[in-house]
Amino acid sequence: MFKWLEKNLPKIVMAPAVGLIGWFVYGFVLWTLYISFTNSKILPKYELWGFGQYEKLWASRKWLISVDNLLVFTALFLIFCIVIGIILAIFLDQKIRAEGVLRTIYLYPMALSFIVTGTAWKWILNPTLGIQKMFIDWGFENFTFDWLVNREMAIYTIVIAGVWQSAGFVMALFLAGLRSVEDEIIKAAKIDGAGLFTVYWKILLPMMRPVFFTSFVILVHISIKSYDLIVALTQGGPGISTTMPALFMTQAAFHKSQVGLSAASAMMMFMAVAAVIIPYLYSELRRENAR
Amino acid sequence: MQDNLQTSSYKQLEQKSKYKNIFLRWFLYFVLILFASYFIFPLYVMVVTSLKTMEEIRQGTLLTWPSSLNFDSWLVAWGGRGYGAGDTFLRPYFWNSIKMVVPAVFFSTFIGAMTGYVLTKWRFKGDQWVFLFLLFGCFIPFQAILLPMARTLGALGISNSIIGLVLVHTVYGIPFTTLFFRNYYVSVPTELVKAARIDGAGFFKIFFKILLPISAPIIVVTVIWQFTQIWNDFLFGSTFSFGKAAPIQVALNNMVLSSTSVKEYNVDMASAIIAGIPTLIVYVLAGKYFIRGLTSGAVKG
Repeated sequence: MFKWLEKNLPKIVMAPAVGLIGWFVYGFVLWTLYISFTNSKILPKYELWGFGQYEKLWASRKWLISVDNLLVFTALFLIFCIVIGIILAIFLDQKIRAEGVLRTIYLYPMALSFIVTGTAWKWILNPTLGIQKMFIDWGFENFTFDWLVNREMAIYTIVIAGVWQSAGFVMALFLAGLRSVEDEIIKAAKIDGAGLFTVYWKILLPMMRPVFFTSFVILVHISIKSYDLIVALTQGGPGISTTMPALFMTQAAFHKSQVGLSAASAMMMFMAVAAVIIPYLYSELRRENAR
Repeated sequence: MQDNLQTSSYKQLEQKSKYKNIFLRWFLYFVLILFASYFIFPLYVMVVTSLKTMEEIRQGTLLTWPSSLNFDSWLVAWGGRGYGAGDTFLRPYFWNSIKMVVPAVFFSTFIGAMTGYVLTKWRFKGDQWVFLFLLFGCFIPFQAILLPMARTLGALGISNSIIGLVLVHTVYGIPFTTLFFRNYYVSVPTELVKAARIDGAGFFKIFFKILLPISAPIIVVTVIWQFTQIWNDFLFGSTFSFGKAAPIQVALNNMVLSSTSVKEYNVDMASAIIAGIPTLIVYVLAGKYFIRGLTSGAVKG
């Protein structure tokens, strides 16, 4: 008995973690998947109902707006975060004075919650007392900046705040990547007469392919899950013009008693994330095994 | 000879470009400082606004410096105005968050250390798959578990309580803490453990005598990561708690959204600073470890 215990101790120690994750992650996802095939309203029902919830979901105007917003947000969020991140990383890599201070400034938004930064941006973008008033007081009398309350433009305020929060993170990833390149490679290229621009464009950035890949995966992941920032900044408004899947799901589940529908929307989000993450994990694991 | 030639020509080249690039340097600094001001701008506006009176806010612009250092809105944000019902302020929710964060960080870090230890030093058949099984938990969108979690917390009788949130944050922290410890212990030579085993040391003795003493850096990284994640969480807090049991981010959001009286932007900003200051302090004091957590949580799968 004692021998058995001793032999299996490592596995016993592993058991709580595996059990908790098995139950709370895999079990719960399967439960949600099952419920998405039922006609549950306020309370979960367990008779199967087929794909009805998914049909309802894709016929819902609000869901279509959510998906549309998500696509617009993800595209802009990705482009701006990666471009700004790369520019800052390359510039900081030029033996800059006070690099530490600048790096700290670029990255501190990552330490704050989306609720805190959303509150701050909401105030800055306030159409009467915020940026608009600042420019008017400076003499630009016809200056208007009402994106926060403008149906067409409100989604871009979320992009502004989101990029502000996450661009520094991309910078940190690329800076770490650039620093891991051997000096010899850069020296050799310079001796061959390559200018600084060519060194980065032709040699270093192509070497950063894994970093691009990682940034892409992380940023898409952040954007599919984005919820807090929207709640703090617009609550999905004006109207439903800035709603997104994560917001759609929680509203359907906890305010509108559409448990089945919300489960279906959660599964759509799950599949979107899985489509990005599974290839990523697969390639990471292969790289590790190859080592 | 060849080498000498190369270095000297390289030096010449560098000398030349030094003068040629002085303009480029200025441009570099200009862009870097421009972005720095974009990043610092909201923080500046928050601090300045929180120190103004509403009168000053209406008269000046976002950038105007306050006429005097006035901490009234901070006091109101922290302790309220003292008129009883309907008076919301952050102090009790701040303590809620502390009571939630401390045990959740402790448990998730401890469990992560144990699983990381087993996965690297007591390897068994299929441990790669177990790791992948745990790792996938880092990435699931939490919307896919909100409904069953709400029901489970209800069934356990701990919905809308701090204990419930501790459970939730502990469980969903395990994939990350496991990842951190596993990647750290992988680089510790297994020979150390083997030698100790031959000397008769058991499972726990090896952990506490050999691995724990050298784990300080990764414990710091993990604790900072978990602290920041849990302190800043809003989704779980707002879904599984309301009223008196809410953590600070939920309370902040409720305070800012409440439309009962005239909007007081100075109090809003003071509240936001109070809710953000613990993680900001940790970041400034231990930024190196914070960044290590961010990049290893992300880069390594």
